[in-house]
Amino acid sequence: MVVAQDHAIPEGRSSSPFWTIARRDSLAGVLFIAPQLIGISIFVLIPLGLVFWYSLHEWNVLANTFTYTGAQNYRMLIEDTNLLEVLGATAIFSSGLVVFNLSLALLLAVLLNQKLAGITIFRTLFFSPVVVSLVAWTIVWGFLLQKNGGINGLLQVFGIEGPNWLREETTAMISVIVVQVFKNVGLNMILFLAALQGVPNELYEAARIDGAPRFKQFRRITLPLISPTILLTSIITIVGSLQVFAQIAVLTQGGPGLSTTVLVYYLYQQAFQFHFFGYGSTLSILLFVIVAVLTFAQWQMRKRIVFYES
Amino acid sequence: MNYHRTLKSAVVAMAIAMPLGWGGIALAQDAVNLRMTIWSANEAHLKLFNEIAAGFTKDRPNVKVTYESLPFDTYTTALTTQIAGGNAPDMAWIFETAAYDFVNSGALYPLTDTLKAAKGYNLEELSATAAERWSKDGKLYAYPFSTSPFAMFVNNDAIKAAGAKTPAELIAAGQWTWDNAIATASAVGQSGKGGLIVRDFNYQIWQNLASVWNGWGASPWSADGKTCTMTEKPMVDALTFIHEAIFKKKAIPGPGENVDFFAGNAAMTITQISRASLLPKDKPFSWDLVPLPKGPAGEYSLIGQAGIGVMQAGKNAKTAAEFVAYMTNPENSAKLSQFFPSARKSLLNAEVLKKTNPLLSQEQIDKVVISGIATGKVIPGHTGFAQIQQAVRSGLDAVWRPDADIPGTLQKICGQIGPFLKR
Repeated sequence: MVVAQDHAIPEGRSSSPFWTIARRDSLAGVLFIAPQLIGISIFVLIPLGLVFWYSLHEWNVLANTFTYTGAQNYRMLIEDTNLLEVLGATAIFSSGLVVFNLSLALLLAVLLNQKLAGITIFRTLFFSPVVVSLVAWTIVWGFLLQKNGGINGLLQVFGIEGPNWLREETTAMISVIVVQVFKNVGLNMILFLAALQGVPNELYEAARIDGAPRFKQFRRITLPLISPTILLTSIITIVGSLQVFAQIAVLTQGGPGLSTTVLVYYLYQQAFQFHFFGYGSTLSILLFVIVAVLTFAQWQMRKRIVFYES
Repeated sequence: MNYHRTLKSAVVAMAIAMPLGWGGIALAQDAVNLRMTIWSANEAHLKLFNEIAAGFTKDRPNVKVTYESLPFDTYTTALTTQIAGGNAPDMAWIFETAAYDFVNSGALYPLTDTLKAAKGYNLEELSATAAERWSKDGKLYAYPFSTSPFAMFVNNDAIKAAGAKTPAELIAAGQWTWDNAIATASAVGQSGKGGLIVRDFNYQIWQNLASVWNGWGASPWSADGKTCTMTEKPMVDALTFIHEAIFKKKAIPGPGENVDFFAGNAAMTITQISRASLLPKDKPFSWDLVPLPKGPAGEYSLIGQAGIGVMQAGKNAKTAAEFVAYMTNPENSAKLSQFFPSARKSLLNAEVLKKTNPLLSQEQIDKVVISGIATGKVIPGHTGFAQIQQAVRSGLDAVWRPDADIPGTLQKICGQIGPFLKR
């Protein structure tokens, strides 16, 4: 009776109160996500919109002119004779990086997933490049890869004359990929290690009883069970590979020729070195589309290749 | 009674405070902070710049000048990014290669009237050739405060140890030619040390090779800048000569080989005279400074320049131009010339230059500095230079291989940069 009085609808009001529990919960939810939403709007969505807006203009920074040119920059993109070579270099870099990085990370994780004395030291050792400054790491590698640098000096001890790593098209690309892989392989290795340790031991025991050899156990038990991690690491690595910049800027400046000019470096050259901010923005849109399509395709592929996803 | 007294006091206080307040506001409004971007972070340079700024502030107490050092390698990129971000400096140093972009775009405030109006400035004594790249339609848009000739530093100890002739001996015998210079460099190169280094070239900054190919009368483009001339005989011959010096004679360290002349590891280096400060003090070697060797086209010299421009977009462009006039007046130019050789005729004499370059002998000053500044061509530059530089750099990578097809590669480069030159 008392409860009924407390919630009695006042005279003259036929509807329920505005702040219902559902509405209050919604407001709380919105308030909780607001800081993140504001951050994403300011640092991602608005810049993305602006980049698209700039891509429709010719912006001459020195002359201080900003002229609407419509689809002119997109036409330029189609007619750009260097773009195909740049996209080719980007594809070689990304695919080389993903294959080498994931294979090495998985191999290291399997090797380090042993209960041996002092294994933590090795795990730390392989992970340590991840926390080193990227530019410092690349500069040191730059010295090692010189014609008269450390690597060729080492090869000379064994009577081998090493190539001019950063000045020949094939070796320059391989060098940039290897430097990037050694820098970040520790991160994927740790993720794989965590995934491997989550695989139940009983499955291996059952397989052993059934007489399955080690490689078959790996192919039939380990790989399917760690497939969500493989998907995650491949997405992170591909997206990261498309954003590579410092290594190219420090080691090769895109050369020899255009052989290591990947899309981000080309974009930087157009916008910040040649002052074509409009065309640079158009290249950013292209990069955005490529990353979005690849990520979407990978998520679609998960239905086929990822098992046991929770 | 009390109320009236309080009211009177308040009126009097306001009468005193208001003019003071307005004065304060007026003073704050007049305060001018000028910022100049530079690519030097050298303490001695900054000390001198700050002294000059303090001298200006003494005459104009409301003006404060600060210097912002940006990294040398990415200087122009950082500067244009500041401009794009709406944070343009009031004044900026400008490389000679970027001069055409800045002068032709209208980004700079014209300086001629302000410099002419400055007391005792004497703009007429600035050599016309030095001002050429920084002027448009008869107006000076940036002041070329540094006009530094390229010359050859020599390590006599390394050359003598290799049993070769030193440049001084070759000059005395009237044989200071590119062929003989490379023969000397080759002898040192094959003895295990580096031969000749074109400093900062590093198979990237190809425009520094003008210090060699100008000896063949070569140029990357025509005088009007509209036509690529890299396929012409002088350039093909010059690059063939350089290629042989690298790959056959081992006279020039190859791509990817790092050798430092100033650490005593090479026979000779071509660089600007201001690099004399890098000569080692702890383990000194017997060094010399000589003019560039004679090429097939005769004697020549090359100069590098740096200009100071005032940004048109700045709020205080007029005051900034007045500061540039003060910074580059005859008195301050004399002070600056200890680091940055001046293009003022009154400062181009052996007496002044000896005082400001104590490391150089009288003969070196006469033959290298004075003659170099008076007759030198400026390093190649063009509107849209960054894009042209990149296209040529990328194209020339095919030349820096032992089996290069030099004429074919130069043909390709001309095809690439032709449309850029015509813009």
